[in-house]
Amino acid sequence: MSASLQRGIDAFKEQIDAPVAAFFSSCVRCGLCADACLFYTETGCPTRTPIHKLEPLRRVWQQEYTFWGRYAKAFGLSKPVTDEELEKWETLVYDSCTMCGRCSMVCPVGNDITYMIRKMREGMAASGHAPEGLIGATKRAVTIGSPMGVKLPALQAQIRHAEKDIGLEIPVDVEGADYMLLLSSMEIMNFPEFIGAVAKIFNKAGVSWTISSEAFEATNSGIQIGVSEIAAELVQRIVDAADKLKVKNVISPECGHAYMAIRWEGPNLVGKPYNFKVVHILELLDDLRKQGRLKTTGKESQRLTYHDPCQISRRGGVVEQPRNLIDMIADDFVEMPDSGTMNWCCGAGGGVSSNERADDLRLKVFRRKQAQLDAVKPDALVSACSNCRIHLEEGLEENGMDITVLSLTETLAEHLAED
Amino acid sequence: MSKDQTIGEALRARGVSRRGFLKFCAATASMMALPPSMVPVIAAALEKASRPSVIWMSFQECTGCTESLTRSHSPTVEGLIFDTISLDYHHTLQAASGAAAEAAREAAMEENWGKYILVVDGSIPVGDPGYSTIAGISNMDMLLETAAGAAAIVSVGSCAAFGGIPHADPNPTGALSVRDLLQQYGDRKPDTHSAVYTAHSTDVDVKNKPIINVPGCPPIPVVITGVLAHFLTFGTIPELDELGRPMAYYGKSIHDRCYRRPYYDKGLFAETFDDEGAKKGWCLYKLGCKGPTTYNACATTKWNEGTSFPIEAGHPCLGCSEPDFWDGGGFYKAISTSTEDISRTAVYAIGAGAAAGVALGALNRAKKTRAVKAHQKVGIDDLEKDG
Amino acid sequence: MSETELLIWVRGPALQIATVVFLLGGVLRIFEILALGRKPNLAEPRGSALAGGLRTIITRSFPNRDTLQRSTFNVVAGYIFHIGFFIALFFFAPHILLFDDAFGVSWPALPTQFIDAVTVVTMIALVAVLLHRINHKVMRYLSRFQDYLVWLVTILPLVTGYFAFHRIGLTPPLLIAVHIASVELLMVVFPFTKLMHAFTLFLARYYNGAISGYRGVNS
Repeated sequence: MSASLQRGIDAFKEQIDAPVAAFFSSCVRCGLCADACLFYTETGCPTRTPIHKLEPLRRVWQQEYTFWGRYAKAFGLSKPVTDEELEKWETLVYDSCTMCGRCSMVCPVGNDITYMIRKMREGMAASGHAPEGLIGATKRAVTIGSPMGVKLPALQAQIRHAEKDIGLEIPVDVEGADYMLLLSSMEIMNFPEFIGAVAKIFNKAGVSWTISSEAFEATNSGIQIGVSEIAAELVQRIVDAADKLKVKNVISPECGHAYMAIRWEGPNLVGKPYNFKVVHILELLDDLRKQGRLKTTGKESQRLTYHDPCQISRRGGVVEQPRNLIDMIADDFVEMPDSGTMNWCCGAGGGVSSNERADDLRLKVFRRKQAQLDAVKPDALVSACSNCRIHLEEGLEENGMDITVLSLTETLAEHLAED
Repeated sequence: MSKDQTIGEALRARGVSRRGFLKFCAATASMMALPPSMVPVIAAALEKASRPSVIWMSFQECTGCTESLTRSHSPTVEGLIFDTISLDYHHTLQAASGAAAEAAREAAMEENWGKYILVVDGSIPVGDPGYSTIAGISNMDMLLETAAGAAAIVSVGSCAAFGGIPHADPNPTGALSVRDLLQQYGDRKPDTHSAVYTAHSTDVDVKNKPIINVPGCPPIPVVITGVLAHFLTFGTIPELDELGRPMAYYGKSIHDRCYRRPYYDKGLFAETFDDEGAKKGWCLYKLGCKGPTTYNACATTKWNEGTSFPIEAGHPCLGCSEPDFWDGGGFYKAISTSTEDISRTAVYAIGAGAAAGVALGALNRAKKTRAVKAHQKVGIDDLEKDG
Repeated sequence: MSETELLIWVRGPALQIATVVFLLGGVLRIFEILALGRKPNLAEPRGSALAGGLRTIITRSFPNRDTLQRSTFNVVAGYIFHIGFFIALFFFAPHILLFDDAFGVSWPALPTQFIDAVTVVTMIALVAVLLHRINHKVMRYLSRFQDYLVWLVTILPLVTGYFAFHRIGLTPPLLIAVHIASVELLMVVFPFTKLMHAFTLFLARYYNGAISGYRGVNS
């Protein structure tokens, strides 16, 4: 069995639901979504207008699910979706969209375009029109357990490093812990300090936690490529591990789409509610702060700003928590224009960073972030997503901007009160 | 009174002063929208015009038009103008009856063939001619016969002009207006006809006879006389609109010349017949006034010697000088409302839409379910195409 | 057919036909949308989908700062023609009479001169919107035949209404008949085109707001 146009069209038919039909029925082609999308604003290319990225899906809706569309199709008045067309759309749906959801915030008739892109990718993947890079990442995620090919021994090595650094034991596979921490491959490979930071904070706050050796990977390539079965399989691994260790909560790390995957899509993918709760690390940290279990000392003297990762803030609902936490350690905190739920995407989310073909475009649209930063000129940029972080660092370097990118959790750990 | 008398002679014989005559001419000129310089021309023409023969035929009508004409308070000039014509046949006004009356008609036709004016009030039953006959002759036959020798036809009143009330839905008699009848049956020879007709039957093309429509229920008296005066003065048909109405009287709508128009423009409307707005003389649009779509001279000429007109009396215009005014959806329904029961239509449409929507929705669901069932698991080996 | 007959026809049977197409088609489409259903969300909610949906129905009527800045013309002209169209449609005395007569509901009218001015502004805004659609590269790129058709059937009632009110060009009964017919054209085209957004935007906004509201985000 392999990918085919028919499987793609069937997937479209399967994915179209009442919201999608309501959205397509409502679009008036006003083009406001273009101005909300950094892939349009930074390239000026009208094909990158968010709603246009859905054109094949729209036609399937019209031809299959509207009373006049059936006749239009029968009489040859509306052209069927072809393989060539989907091939052309591949770069629009994957390379030119990070599913950041900004267009969904501005559409005057209320279309959640991102919701539809997510659905459209199901058909794109089923018809064999997913980008090579994402296919590779997805295969690695399923077969190896991580899109970056990180295996358990690598994690164990990083854990040992961290334990040495901070002089604390990092609990692994502890049954009955309150919290089970997930990590993204990026954190394990590029930002291992995160593990130590969490351990320090949790130790001080007296949080009972663990890492599972069976399911530590938080990211979910299945969601980015748009294959629900694969996404479900990846979520199921976490569910199984959490159930096995009988933890009460699972912590989503500093990663945007991992939060979307495990917190919001997960139960729907596996088809039943969890036996545990999912919290984002920032939610938990803010809770600890409220309970007085997280205390800091000293303030950052440099000018800080916060980059809201789309899936955590706009699509995830964690907006206030990071600001509460930054307040604890910042003397000079400034908000970028459009911050919060209207923040601009870094340009690398939604699988774009796994798709090498989109590298140039990704850096090109970074100019939007640059403009946002130029407006407030911070010394350091705090964020809570390793994927954003890597791309932000690359973009800043590429543009010769001297701004440090910080992880909020790590920065908090540095300011942890000793008492 | 001799038929050879000119109009001037006849008027002087009746004691109408020169001043009164000129006043009539001036009024006529102004009604016909002619410049004042035309007044002497009209006077001179009327003075010298010989009194034409007029045959007045009443079909399915109520005599309201004749009433209107005769109620023009004597001795007004408008009344006297009738001395300027030779009214040779008119059911209501003539003394003769029966065979003598018809003989008078035939005599007038014979004597003035091709020159007399035929005035008609009332519509003609074509569906069942038995609804209205005169001396055993159907209205249609009598009209076809008499029209054949007329110089022009004046359809007085909305019944003759447009079919009027007899023509109103469901039109049980199959009533037609004069114009419609002549257009549809003008080339037909009347079944019953007189010797006069037979004698002149070579020129019986009545399809293209000039027809002047003077609609109204009834028409304004001065409009009837004004149209006749025009014909006498110029010997021609006045300028007409598409409905055959003289532009001079029917060129503007009631609404355009209504003294209550400023209230319409300001949005001040009487809501009921006795509310504050009605007392203050506000616009009657909401009470169903048809002034905006009705062409007539009521708002300027007015009735009863310029005393008043319906709107001035506080009643909305019925639109009586327009075709099918009786079927226009109710006298007290505003023009912007529907003539049909839209709420019932809406309820049915919503019901049908819901039913059709449920049915089509079920089809959509079935289609979607099929797509879900047809779904084959997408694994990591299914992400690329073969080859 | 005489002018009066035409007027009676457009006021009666034609309006009935238009009403049937408009409502039957419109309701059918809403049902078609709803019938596709959506899966229940099994994730633990952070906020209320219902509250979020209802909130977004309201809040999405107002542009955010960035959109207003980037698409000022589009937003402003769009606002003007929508509001203008609604004022002309719902606050002109003769129109209210129609609703009162048909459905037994009425409300106070606005002064005729004001409606007249609003109509002029609305027509100007619509022309501006069309020019914008033709000149703006995104809008031009997105536009299909339908977008121009919808523009035409939207401006026609305003133009014919303006002409009828000022009695320009034709006889009043004909002007009124043409005006009513133009509205009927709008009604007939409605269920087959993006004009449906006037109904479905409530669904779309609700769904959008509900999806976000469930996650505790105001969208």
